[in-house]
Amino acid sequence: MNERYIRNIPALSEHECAQLLQKTVAIVGCGGLGGHLVELMARIGVGELVVIDGDCFELSNLNRQLLSETDCIGFSKAQAAAERIRRINPDVKVRVYQTMLDTENADTLIAGCDAVLDGLDNISSRKLLKQACSKAGIPYIFGAISGWVAQTAISMPDDNLIEILYPEDTKLTDKSALSFTPALCASMQSALCVKLLTGRAVQTGAIYYFDLLHQEYEVIPIVSS
Amino acid sequence: MIEVRLFANLRKGREKVYFMESGSIATVQDIMDRLAIPREEVNILLINGFHQKPETKVNDEDIVSLFPAVGGG
Repeated sequence: MNERYIRNIPALSEHECAQLLQKTVAIVGCGGLGGHLVELMARIGVGELVVIDGDCFELSNLNRQLLSETDCIGFSKAQAAAERIRRINPDVKVRVYQTMLDTENADTLIAGCDAVLDGLDNISSRKLLKQACSKAGIPYIFGAISGWVAQTAISMPDDNLIEILYPEDTKLTDKSALSFTPALCASMQSALCVKLLTGRAVQTGAIYYFDLLHQEYEVIPIVSS
Repeated sequence: MIEVRLFANLRKGREKVYFMESGSIATVQDIMDRLAIPREEVNILLINGFHQKPETKVNDEDIVSLFPAVGGG
């Protein structure tokens, strides 16, 4: 076994590590959530990563976005993600798309992926990505943050979890994000993703809700009444 | 008695938990009105752990949980 992955054992079996090397995962958005997702997926040993982001770093990203540095303001987030993956684990194949997800390109960008990780920062893009995942039959691993709070979930192709979670009139009142909140959220998303990719049991039809201010954790069933 | 649990930013200026007499409450919307919580600020609404709508009726001994929208990244 590749020594790089020795410390994955026995939390993961050798067979599960080999499974991960055969998988392709898209990370859509390479900012707060996405930066951590890139880091975690590259280190654990997913075989191929597709990184998608049309944005560039700004000063206001520095408080929480792992890939952002003072001297890289104005630099592409997707390119920074690809470079980070190469430095962490050159065995990982990388596909880089320096573009925003839209209705024209969504299907093409995620084609062939075994799972899609949500590193997005707005509701409309999430709905678009979820539609593309459902169409392609790809599991979508949702993540979202606000201030001290994080939410994650696995949305399978045949469910409407995102539509239920974000009705038309949904209003985001707190756009703050602290350094540790995306780290926690991305860690939970990554754990869900690894379980899914290795065939372990996962809970669907529920949101995992973390409140770091009040130290609370809830599993919220999301089922149409 | 109905137990109402508020989460995250919905606690700002409010308590974490309220207990309300069931006789004066017909729906979840009544609870939100009493606590001055705008409908658009509630993203997830549970009664006894199951996703419901503001128009849903509430009964004595129900536990109502209200969560705000979380959508950043």
